[in-house]
Amino acid sequence: MAATDIARQVGEGCRTVPLAGHVGFDSLPDQLVNKSVSQGFCFNILCVGETGLGKSTLMDTLFNTKFEGEPATHTQPGVQLRSNTYDLQESNVGLKLTIVSTVGFGDQINKEDSYKPIVEFIDAQFEAYLQEELKIRRVLHTYHDSRIHACLYFIAPTGHSLKSLDLVTMKKLDSKVNIIPIIAKSDAISKSELTKFKIKITSELVNNGVQIYQFPTDDESVAEINGTMNAHLPFAVIGSTEELKIGNKMMKARQYPWGTVQVENEAHCDFVKLREMLIRVNMEDLREQTHSRHYELYRRCKLEEMGFKDTDPDSKPFSLQETYEAKRNEFLGELQKKEEEMRQMFVQRVKEKEAELKEAEKELHEKFDRLKKLHQDEKKKLEDKKKSLDDEVNAFKQRKTAAELLQSQGSQAGGSQTLKRDKEKKNLGFL
Amino acid sequence: MDPLRHSPSPSSSRASSPRTLSCERLGYVGIEAVLDQLKIKAMKMGFEFNIMVVGQSGLGKSTMVNTLFKSKIWKSTMPGLRVPMPQTLQLHSVTHVIEENGVKLKLTVTDTPGFGDQINNDKCWDPILGYINEQYERYLQEEILITRQRHIPDTRVHCCIYFVPPTGHCLRPLDLEFLQRLCRAVNVVPVIARADSLTIEEREAFRHRIQDDLKTHSIEVYPQKSFDEDVNDKILNSKIRERIPFAVVGADREHMVNGRCVLGRKMKWGIIEVENMAHCEFPLLRDLLIRSHLQDLKDITHNVHYENYRIIRLKESHALPQGPGWVNLAPAPPPAPTGTRASPGPAKMCRWAEDNSDEDF
Repeated sequence: MAATDIARQVGEGCRTVPLAGHVGFDSLPDQLVNKSVSQGFCFNILCVGETGLGKSTLMDTLFNTKFEGEPATHTQPGVQLRSNTYDLQESNVGLKLTIVSTVGFGDQINKEDSYKPIVEFIDAQFEAYLQEELKIRRVLHTYHDSRIHACLYFIAPTGHSLKSLDLVTMKKLDSKVNIIPIIAKSDAISKSELTKFKIKITSELVNNGVQIYQFPTDDESVAEINGTMNAHLPFAVIGSTEELKIGNKMMKARQYPWGTVQVENEAHCDFVKLREMLIRVNMEDLREQTHSRHYELYRRCKLEEMGFKDTDPDSKPFSLQETYEAKRNEFLGELQKKEEEMRQMFVQRVKEKEAELKEAEKELHEKFDRLKKLHQDEKKKLEDKKKSLDDEVNAFKQRKTAAELLQSQGSQAGGSQTLKRDKEKKNLGFL
Repeated sequence: MDPLRHSPSPSSSRASSPRTLSCERLGYVGIEAVLDQLKIKAMKMGFEFNIMVVGQSGLGKSTMVNTLFKSKIWKSTMPGLRVPMPQTLQLHSVTHVIEENGVKLKLTVTDTPGFGDQINNDKCWDPILGYINEQYERYLQEEILITRQRHIPDTRVHCCIYFVPPTGHCLRPLDLEFLQRLCRAVNVVPVIARADSLTIEEREAFRHRIQDDLKTHSIEVYPQKSFDEDVNDKILNSKIRERIPFAVVGADREHMVNGRCVLGRKMKWGIIEVENMAHCEFPLLRDLLIRSHLQDLKDITHNVHYENYRIIRLKESHALPQGPGWVNLAPAPPPAPTGTRASPGPAKMCRWAEDNSDEDF
């Protein structure tokens, strides 16, 4: 590929110029690597498989870490995806690892729709990235890439063939993600059965046209190892986080009454191969394939669906903008409609409230009138009483003046004592 | 108005997802093998670098490029040959592939003969800005395609070296105008050309005056202060910023000095060694451009300048005439004061909102 690159460039009219001395740009790959290290890497794995096949255990074993999480039950009503992100650090390399696991896959009675949540999840990640890329103001170089880079498909170790659920799911996923099928819990299969099982699986996959991820063989440095590994697909793995003392070393293993299965022993299972391929040799290629093949395919389909076309490269930016305009107008139209509705509702509510308030006001008025009337009655009664009292007071005064008049007349006519006595008698009479 | 986007600090480079748990690792996994994978991939794909040299004729631009990359990129014009002075500013691009220790670099050098040579140099920066924007446009159009290529060819100008004539006084109005406009669109590295005509003291004084001028006019040359990511970068870059602009001398002839073969200019009074730090600052320029900051130049061009261009372009494009056959390769309007031009977009929105509000109340 390097040779063709140069040839193409030479064909474009530039020539290779010899250097007269050391210039120093051979540090370029190092500069690039330093930049990437400071930014950090991210890697997202999706584990698809039935409950109880050892997905979480395998993740723990692969990354030598105890990831948290309780095992799922078998009673889930539908398939869900559980996603967790972890920050791993090894020497100076930081990895943001996201592990997505299916919960309840294969547990339902009717499994027709089991693959749908998975496909939707993968599409959602692509969509999020596409949205970010299409934004006017975007931050792509700091964007946390959540697209799934590798999908580990766990096959149950029946020893016969793939289940139909497996075939259907893998067929749906093969154009969206890099699928790496693995045989889980392979300590349940004997060696001879294993080879037959692997052949059966690969032939079934080929017959049904399922495209699983092939390790790249175009780069000389890794072509050989990748080529041999391709022949070993699907890998038969065992996961275990328990360490047992075997010989004089501590190793990850599973102990049975009839023997001990060592995880890292290539004769016992293919775990080491899986780790080599997944992490140590092809991690970058997996990310690249996801970005350049699966994501581009999704993007192309999505944009064509939205109505963009590539027919006129000259007007590309404009049709993008045109469609944006159209969509924006549509969206604004919808907004307007919603606003209208809300306004109507608001007006109605206001009317209702007004009516209520009017009722309340009326009631209050009536009450007020009633009270007022009561008050007036009381007042009238009191006035009547006051009037009668006044009458009595007046009558008393009159009698008093009459009495005094009589007294003064009496004192003029006769003795004062009799008047006094009469007065006293009268006063007594009045008291 | 679109403020320049700032390159974010590494603490935010890993965007925080809701639950990021830090786990204790129990053994070796092999994650760091991804660095080797990256290196292999990069070496296979090769690197690209586009550089532009701007300055008046006779300042030694072609010689400088040849000295930088130690090869005959340009045939330098000898004085005395009757080369007709170009009437207008032209842009001359040349692409070469150079290889060192397995690393292939596709180098594109753009020269600008005729810059500042006319009597009336008004708007002589427009073709240059136009060229830079045209490269951005090309990249943008490739990026927007539905079926796009795996690797978009990158012709954007990553670095522009501006040659300041060694007057010894201060920056001329032409220099200031040009620098002001270009610093917003591309990484500019100013250098004092033909520094062998200045003594060391004159050089320092000139340098300080230039730095003051740049500060007064708020011209941010590369390495930009606002894009420093962390403390180490700051320290490294402030050392570089103190020495900008570098006083350089270019030479592509070799001479014998003390038994060694060095690149230099032979004068009657001595030989100026290009690679000798005591004589000129060419090694600093070379280290900055090639050995330490090449990737950084490309990153800032991609993450900041290109994104700024894209923002302006996407906001404005619907205002331009539509229809096939429109590929406007004339200089795009300078991105400088976009305050007044900003987005008929939002204005459109406001107008619509007003119409709406008139309806019901």
